[in-house]
Amino acid sequence: MKTIKLIIDGKTAEVPENTTLLKAAKTVGIDIPTLCYFELKDMNIENRPGGCRVCVVEVKGRRNLAPACNTMVAEGMEVYTHNIRVLNARRTVLELILSDHPAECLTCAKSGSCELQSMAQQLGVREIPYQGEQSKYRKDTSPAIIRDVDKCIMCRRCEMMCNDVQTVGALNAVNRGFMAVVAPAFEMNLEKSPCTYCGQCVSVCPTGALTEVDHSRNVINALADPAKTVVVQTAPAVRAALGEEFGLAPGTLVTGKMVAALRRLGFDYVFDTDFAADLTIMEEGTELLDRLTRYLKGDKDVKLPILTSCCPGWVNFFEHNFPEMREIPSTAKSPQQMFGPIAKEYFAKKLGINRKNMIVVSIMPCLAKKYECQRDEFKVDGDPDVNFSLSTRELAHLIKASNIDFSSLPEDDFDNPLGESTGASVIFGTTGGVIEAACRTAYELYTGKKLEKVDFKELRGLENVRHATIDFDGLPINIGIAHGLGNARKLLEDIRDGKSQFHAIEIMACPGGCIGGGGQPYHHGDSEVIKLRASALYREDAGKPIRKSHENPFILELYKDFLGKPCGEKSHHLLHTHYFDKSAGVFVEE
Amino acid sequence: MARQIRIALRNCGVIDPERIEDYISRDGYMALATVLTELSPEAVIEILKKSGLRGRGGGGFPAGLKWEITRKVQADQKYVVCNADEGDPGAFMDRSILEGDPHAVLEAMTINGYCTGASKGLIYIRAEYPLAVERLKTAMKQSREMGLLGNNILQTGFNFDIDIRYGAGAFVCGEETALIHSMEGLRGEPTVKPPFPSVEGYLKKPTNVNNVETFANVPVIINKGWEWFASIGTEKSKGTKVFALAGKINNVGLVEVPMGTTLREVIYEIGGGIQGGKEFKAAQTGGPSGGCLTKKHLDTPIDYDNLIAAGSMMGSGGLIVMDEDDCMVAIAKFYLGFTVEESCGKCSPCRIGNKRLFELLEKITQGNGTMEDIDKLRNLSTVIKDTSLCGLGQSSPNPVLSTIENFIGEYHEHVKDKKCRSKVCKSMMQYLVVPEKCIGCTLCARNCPVNAISGERKQVHLIDQEKCIKCGACMEKCKFNAIIIN
Amino acid sequence: MAKIKLSEKKIQELKDVCKAFNNEKGELINVLHKAQSLFGYLPAELQEIIAKELNVSVAHVYGVVTFYSFFTMQPKGIHPVSICLGTACYVRGAEKVLEEFKRQLKIQVGETTPDGKFSLSCLRCVGACGLAPVVLVGEKVYGRVAPDGVADIIAEYNT
Repeated sequence: MKTIKLIIDGKTAEVPENTTLLKAAKTVGIDIPTLCYFELKDMNIENRPGGCRVCVVEVKGRRNLAPACNTMVAEGMEVYTHNIRVLNARRTVLELILSDHPAECLTCAKSGSCELQSMAQQLGVREIPYQGEQSKYRKDTSPAIIRDVDKCIMCRRCEMMCNDVQTVGALNAVNRGFMAVVAPAFEMNLEKSPCTYCGQCVSVCPTGALTEVDHSRNVINALADPAKTVVVQTAPAVRAALGEEFGLAPGTLVTGKMVAALRRLGFDYVFDTDFAADLTIMEEGTELLDRLTRYLKGDKDVKLPILTSCCPGWVNFFEHNFPEMREIPSTAKSPQQMFGPIAKEYFAKKLGINRKNMIVVSIMPCLAKKYECQRDEFKVDGDPDVNFSLSTRELAHLIKASNIDFSSLPEDDFDNPLGESTGASVIFGTTGGVIEAACRTAYELYTGKKLEKVDFKELRGLENVRHATIDFDGLPINIGIAHGLGNARKLLEDIRDGKSQFHAIEIMACPGGCIGGGGQPYHHGDSEVIKLRASALYREDAGKPIRKSHENPFILELYKDFLGKPCGEKSHHLLHTHYFDKSAGVFVEE
Repeated sequence: MARQIRIALRNCGVIDPERIEDYISRDGYMALATVLTELSPEAVIEILKKSGLRGRGGGGFPAGLKWEITRKVQADQKYVVCNADEGDPGAFMDRSILEGDPHAVLEAMTINGYCTGASKGLIYIRAEYPLAVERLKTAMKQSREMGLLGNNILQTGFNFDIDIRYGAGAFVCGEETALIHSMEGLRGEPTVKPPFPSVEGYLKKPTNVNNVETFANVPVIINKGWEWFASIGTEKSKGTKVFALAGKINNVGLVEVPMGTTLREVIYEIGGGIQGGKEFKAAQTGGPSGGCLTKKHLDTPIDYDNLIAAGSMMGSGGLIVMDEDDCMVAIAKFYLGFTVEESCGKCSPCRIGNKRLFELLEKITQGNGTMEDIDKLRNLSTVIKDTSLCGLGQSSPNPVLSTIENFIGEYHEHVKDKKCRSKVCKSMMQYLVVPEKCIGCTLCARNCPVNAISGERKQVHLIDQEKCIKCGACMEKCKFNAIIIN
Repeated sequence: MAKIKLSEKKIQELKDVCKAFNNEKGELINVLHKAQSLFGYLPAELQEIIAKELNVSVAHVYGVVTFYSFFTMQPKGIHPVSICLGTACYVRGAEKVLEEFKRQLKIQVGETTPDGKFSLSCLRCVGACGLAPVVLVGEKVYGRVAPDGVADIIAEYNT
């Protein structure tokens, strides 16, 4: 590749051709501020519409200032990133953006994590000289996401995520000029759109225009109610990211501190969604083996590949986009929704309390979980199996609001029996983890042999679509993995067109899996953060004494005590679900 | 004495645009025949470059160079696009050419296809021009029948065909990249250049975009030679330019004059002077992207570079003449109103900045402006020009800057004296009853929509300034000229 | 948003339009033009069908519809009145003419009279600057319109 030499603020930079000025400047220690620009390196995710104009720089010989994010280097270019012309322009552009932005920082959910706010700080804006009309739109609250697009700055990141990465198509730029904004069709509520609540729009929104529905008040109230037994479950990806909210380095595992914090918050039982993840493997693994065995015996009706079903964003996606294929995914509920009935139908009975007096709270890296726990099929007489789902970010707020000094907390252990888990369940939180966990169990159950090498490294990584063949003692099992719904769509289209060679496919809606979920601490486009979270989970897995779900003693006890056998009658009733056709339009039903 | 030279408009009103025979009888398709049978693409491009023809759509980019760039890019498919999304309010030359001489455009596009290596042409035309569309369709059918369009043109083995794409009412689609996105079925939002369409355009393929008037010049240049074309005009602006004369001028309509003709010649000799013998105040060229020329510019030769030096631009050639009754602050506000409506909303300086400019101008025209507001107008305008993504935003503050430059006195009057000398800005006016003339007929009071006028029959009436909304109904109705504007 | 039931026949017509453009998503604007000329406007229902036929999201179709001023989601009056607000018309008093239309029809720009007879819109230059100010009623062009001529124009269509 050709190397280009150019001068930026008097410093000589040498970079490969087709490098942007923004990246070239970074190589010589110049950090040009950006707002609309967004990139998740190594994941093929980039947004550079060149719209905000905050990153403009002067290129000698050009009539106008050029956006650094969208201008390619050229030999001999002379670039100035902070002369008076540039500084004045950059500040004025920011003042303009602020003049069309509500000054609600004190009460904004995004305060502290807002990129517009920190930009105003960085550039030292102390007043907004240009005042005028501000754009006003209807506020929209869906089961998981709040749209307050008065705060939209038209960076288009959400639109890019929703369309280019996730191929969901719920959001699009609408209207023109001053009234232009990103919105669902007909500016209707998100709830009426094909939104999957994956929350990726929220995770990239630089301002408070897109945030999660906050359920922490409900949880505080439940904890204060002496009549309620409040049980909490925590998803695997939370422990790998929660520390970031308290200034700990990305990738720090805070499992023990998190448990201690939850106990101090007043939860009666601190359990682990990982336990339910082990249960998921038992059910889903059994279902896989059942379909596989029938298939090998020549059963033509059996649906293969089997698709994982633990990701609620993904479930919403195929219900909206591929309803005709809704027989293919595993019927196993997600770990969150498996935990619910076990808590309320098994554990509550053990405690001798009515399920209505038990409140189950989940801590999730996810926003779709908020919608999932509100689904009608996950309720008994109107009582949801899981009452409230909080995001990792909401938990962090809750801890801070309760005067808990997180970093000085001791390390606590989960309660039993629903707190014991294996290494297999921990890696549910990263792309490839579910299928790896399933392989560990399915292999032993199918072959009857002990698995010598527990790590399936071939299933790990961040490539968008991965595939591997696992040798089940002579039987080659073809595994597919996709994270990001756009990648999932490709695999689904292959299945629909009869081109798929896979026996089993794992799909996660969010890039990176749950560690990159819509409810996680904001990564601000740093893909290293996501990678460090993944390695934290693999670290926790490696350190666990038991690393296969079917060896979890409490799981075995649960089957013996209560459930019977995997995919048996009771577990079918409590742990499996069915899917709906949600493809109908709002106005046209066909 | 100013002369009109008709090159782009050579056939308009002369031939029957629905008869290809008429076009052919006036050397039509002769250039195409010459090009296809006698000249290499490089030779044609060379002729064009030497002729000095520059893009007539606004920017003035050398046409031959553009063709050459498109030619040099390697690609399996290239496109020729004719930009007929004439959206400049007050300009209608493209419409006249398409309606009056559609074959000229088809012929030039085909020549362009030959030169650039494109086999497909697209005409992006405003849906509001149904007659032009009909004429084009008729012309395309005829030229196909005669083997001048389609496969194996003039038996030379060269294939080229043309399709029509419709605009849908978005001024920004005059910008090449926005136009291309619109043709692809998307929102007409521009993208950062480079890449230029000549390298990466429609469907990511090299695309040569020229406007109607530019194309209309091409066949004549081939037929009469570049030397002839280059002999017309000024040093850096060759040939002629079509202007749409409008506003307070006696002869409105299209004129085509050599580059370098002065504004005075255009207005007074061709345009017949100002209506009603009033005084010339300003002429706006370049529409909402341009600026105003004043008395001091009357003898400046009009060409691309002089107009830019004067703070305006050629644009597509609208020329609106204003007289003493036009308020220049209100004119700037009018143009900004247009820009605010037509901004695509993609980049912040254009989306928000123009809105703020408009609001500042509104404040001033309502009599609430401060001197600081004028400074804000200046700074904001400079930044919007400097930072906007596309040509629309990069030029939208021109009307503000140029009226401030040339008519700062009027701004000061609005701000300091709360006075609009042209009596356009209503908020600063007071409707007053002249007691000597009022006979107390009550007609004004009965017609006032807000009951702001009081007075007994046969008594002098009084207008309540608090209530008055300055609609002017009283003044219109008064038969005794007893109501005046202060 | 009122729910409009389209007849099967109309839906079929619309699908045929999409098919005529090969259900190609790049042809969206052409399809919308045809659909609007067929139905007079582009209600939400129509956009949903088009999205499905062209395999694009409804939000995308709506994003395009709301970008271009030519497309409308409101049914127009039987006699759509359009006032040109191009520069030439503006300097010759088009704004006053517009005010007069608003006053007499008792509607704002973008609205339709309750009897469905007139709708009012503004447009930019129609290329008839010589006749400024220009008013269009349907396809008919009225030139040099003065505010006191507005009543006569309306009366022409009010019989």
